[in-house]
Amino acid sequence: MKTFPIGGVHPSDNKQWSKSSAIAVMELPDVVNIPLAQHIGAPATAIVKKGDSVVVGQKIAEATGFMSANIHAPISGTVTAVDLQPNGQGLRQMMITIKREGDEWDSAIDRSETLVTECNLEPKEIIAKIKEAGIVGMGGATFPTHVKLSIPDGKKAEILIINGVECEPYLTSDYRTMLERGEQLIVGTRILMRAIGVSTAVIGVEANKPDAVQHLNSIIGAATDIKVQMLKTQYPQGGEKQLIAAVTGRQVPPPPALPIDVGAVVCNASTAVAVYEAVQKNKPLIERVITITGSAVPQPKNLLTRFGTPIEAMIAKCGGLAEGDVKVINGGPMMGRAMSNIAMAALKGCSGVTIMVGSAAKRGIESACIKCAKCVEACPMGLEPYLLSKQARKKAWDAMEANDITSCIECGCCQFTCPANIPLLDYVRLGKQTVMGIIRARNMKK
Amino acid sequence: MTTLIYTILTLSVIGVVAAIVLYVVAQKFKVEEDPRIDETEKMLPGANCGGCGFPGCRGLATALVESDDISALYCSVGGDECMGKIADYLGKAAPKKEPQVATVRCGGTCEKRPRTNSYDGATSCAIASSLYVGETGCAYGCLGYGDCVAACAFDAIHINPETGLAEVDADKCTACGACVAACPKGIIELRKRWPKNRAIYVSCVSKDKGAVTMKACKAGCIGCRKCEKVCEFGAITIENNLAFIDSTKCRLCRKCVGECPTGAIKMIGLAPLVKKDEVKEEK
Amino acid sequence: MANRFFVSPSPHVHSDYSTVRLMGDVVIALLPALMVSVRVFGWNVLAITAVSIASCVLLEFLVQKYLVKGPVTVNNLSAVVTGLLLAMNLPANIPLWIVVIGAVVAICVAKMPFGGLGKNIFNPALAARVFLLIAYPVQMTSFPTPTIDGFVDAYSGATPLGAAKAYLLDFASFDVAGMFTGAMGGSFGEISALALLLGFAYLLMRRVITWHIPVAILGTMALFATIFAGIRFEDPSMHLLFPLFHILAGGALLGAIFMATDYVTSPMTTKGMVIYGIGIGAITMCIRLWGAYPEGMSFAILIMNSVVPLINKYVKPKRFGAK
Repeated sequence: MKTFPIGGVHPSDNKQWSKSSAIAVMELPDVVNIPLAQHIGAPATAIVKKGDSVVVGQKIAEATGFMSANIHAPISGTVTAVDLQPNGQGLRQMMITIKREGDEWDSAIDRSETLVTECNLEPKEIIAKIKEAGIVGMGGATFPTHVKLSIPDGKKAEILIINGVECEPYLTSDYRTMLERGEQLIVGTRILMRAIGVSTAVIGVEANKPDAVQHLNSIIGAATDIKVQMLKTQYPQGGEKQLIAAVTGRQVPPPPALPIDVGAVVCNASTAVAVYEAVQKNKPLIERVITITGSAVPQPKNLLTRFGTPIEAMIAKCGGLAEGDVKVINGGPMMGRAMSNIAMAALKGCSGVTIMVGSAAKRGIESACIKCAKCVEACPMGLEPYLLSKQARKKAWDAMEANDITSCIECGCCQFTCPANIPLLDYVRLGKQTVMGIIRARNMKK
Repeated sequence: MTTLIYTILTLSVIGVVAAIVLYVVAQKFKVEEDPRIDETEKMLPGANCGGCGFPGCRGLATALVESDDISALYCSVGGDECMGKIADYLGKAAPKKEPQVATVRCGGTCEKRPRTNSYDGATSCAIASSLYVGETGCAYGCLGYGDCVAACAFDAIHINPETGLAEVDADKCTACGACVAACPKGIIELRKRWPKNRAIYVSCVSKDKGAVTMKACKAGCIGCRKCEKVCEFGAITIENNLAFIDSTKCRLCRKCVGECPTGAIKMIGLAPLVKKDEVKEEK
Repeated sequence: MANRFFVSPSPHVHSDYSTVRLMGDVVIALLPALMVSVRVFGWNVLAITAVSIASCVLLEFLVQKYLVKGPVTVNNLSAVVTGLLLAMNLPANIPLWIVVIGAVVAICVAKMPFGGLGKNIFNPALAARVFLLIAYPVQMTSFPTPTIDGFVDAYSGATPLGAAKAYLLDFASFDVAGMFTGAMGGSFGEISALALLLGFAYLLMRRVITWHIPVAILGTMALFATIFAGIRFEDPSMHLLFPLFHILAGGALLGAIFMATDYVTSPMTTKGMVIYGIGIGAITMCIRLWGAYPEGMSFAILIMNSVVPLINKYVKPKRFGAK
């Protein structure tokens, strides 16, 4: 079975908790806090002010420049504040607060269930619609999709890869989306192919989701433009570079090279569905499927949630938090961010909330490195995490740069596998951030 | 006998060859250096703390010897005395600087600033602060994981286990600035050093609005401006809901200390000023 | 609040590897070889093993507690592995006081002065063995005759390698089956190839080690021996027997599988591991064929140990996407 060329680990996937629960609709929240920074790039600029009334789907914040994304109202009601509010990490960010009144939608949005397969728009028009709808990568990286689809001059896309891998343990939102919204996904994929001008697309799905592969194949039928590729269940199969290598056999060169340099464009499965809704139904990105899961969650669920809904409320809907020690993770356990403030809003990049309890909430005790080389073996980018973390502790930034720290994708394989429980990635990430800062400063000087 | 001769011969040949190689290499890679650099380096404290902005004492020594104007170069560890000696030796004008001391501007002890969560990552302020706000509700306060302690070459800063805050041992502090650079929250400031280590400073750097600060910490500056009004020397400014006492303007009159409603203005080595109402009564 | 919230950077899950588990697996993998030795040499083997392990653990405890005054980490089983490997590198009739001296060298000279587990340059058990070999050559090289019924006393107590060195043994008559099951003279851990290979299989299965180092060592030795045999012997049957003999005889398997793969003193990348293995194999064969000692495994590993930092510095893994 196809997989990526180096490294990788096999965490137990723990998808059993939420995998068989069909997508349910989360109740509308009474108040939402919508941060202006929900994507990589410049935060959006608010275009509403206190006292304005808004309807669902109305644009409330506009992209600041190209590398940014629009934000739309997920509920209808009155804007009560545009102010600093704490996010999931407790840091205060600019947010738009809306108090809900009913559920009134923008009239331009087609809310019917009918599948619209026909799309005759020009690529530019498609990208413009996607940009207008504020779509960003929904796998977690939140890279604005219109930026990804705008192929730079001199480069040519050859293949579109839809990321249905969902290699993060626990999460099942993409899986349920593929099962329940497969038709929309396929149409979305064809729209994306049209937008970047390619004639082939591959949907990569991990081998632990055979029913999703079967379902998508049955929708595609005899058509040959889209192929579903089953991939080995191995973390980080869903990493953009790993997925491209697994599907095409081509390795994206080290940074600053991008996937387009090997002719590939990768979009998440949920993003493809959002693209369908934006282009065919005029519906901006205002909601998504979010998995609430964990071994101690009474009723794990996949919830179709409007953005801005407090994560606390979603956890309550799934039966609430267990007593005692907990860790609430925005995302999956390998790359998700632990939250200190669970009143935070569900956002565009949130594919799930994983709740660890008891001893699982805590890390193991660090001991001495025994140089077992397991981190080197596990690193999917061919780096030496033991060395990089040691250099980061010594603040040897130059040495880290020489050892290709910028290639690190922060997947966590090294720390996952370390028998001595050394917080390898904590230090490697610190080093990567610092080195990237140094490089940026150097480029600015030039 | 032949063995002996061969041994002696072989060793001699090796010795000669090695000597020639060493000589050639030494000539080829010879570096001409001003002998005064060595002398200057000897006069410097030799802590190699990097406080001067150079990688070590030798870097500063080289700069001192090579640049004509050394007024911008200073070793805070050695102080005026050391710089004066070096300047005399080099025949240049001695740079002068007021002695300084590192000051930790956070009063959010465990008691005043309740913990809302437990941090479980690597013990490093830089890592914790790049992840999130910290274990308390205050996004500006001391995290207490000791990046400053690790950076200090003089054993002059420590985390007090009772308060969870970094504390400077003023007698050991050389104002090299290593902790200032190491603190990701920018809490540590180099302030003017008064005799007997006396000091008055705002022990908070929170730029949050008063209500937000108050919720997170009982000892934070809420930007009420009371201290600014009472200061006769214009040393106190309020910016972004935060008071700041300029240590070069402050005269240690202590008037602001009693005004502060949260006790965010700290006083060290000074007796509290007699309270206002008591003064009134006397009148 | 009833909940205590924990916050840390990702990842939030961990594999089931731990230092204790890895060390424990090495101990388990060594048990078959130990059992064969008990059967071949008698209960004395267990006494040596017990004394060796006990002294290593005790010494590490004492050094950590009273000399270093740092945290005591003997419960990570690394001292147990050192003790066990040291014992298995000794002849079965060695006086117990020599075992204790070996433990002192392993822990107090080769391991703790460098900073303890993970920091030592040389494999502690091997450093101790080489020290004993030089300090007590008589006791270290008088191997007892296998005493068990049914085993042929083929080499009168000498090791096959020793015999080969001394009298240019008639290779055609050497007992392959015996060398597999344990009927040969030698340090008590190295006698049974079968038991050691069983341990190797277990280590591979549990993903404790990878195949690179042992295969590189044994492959290099076999290749070296084949070339040597091709030049030296005219009898074609020797061309096959000679390499087989060298792999089975002496500490080749014990060294390749258990000593050279010691995490701390072996390289971090697979490429480096192969280079390291080839080096060990080549040096071993040079010592065996032309050196003063009949066996060269320990020296070869120690020599290559000293090269490991250099290998780690210059041999980098293949980066993703690099040409």
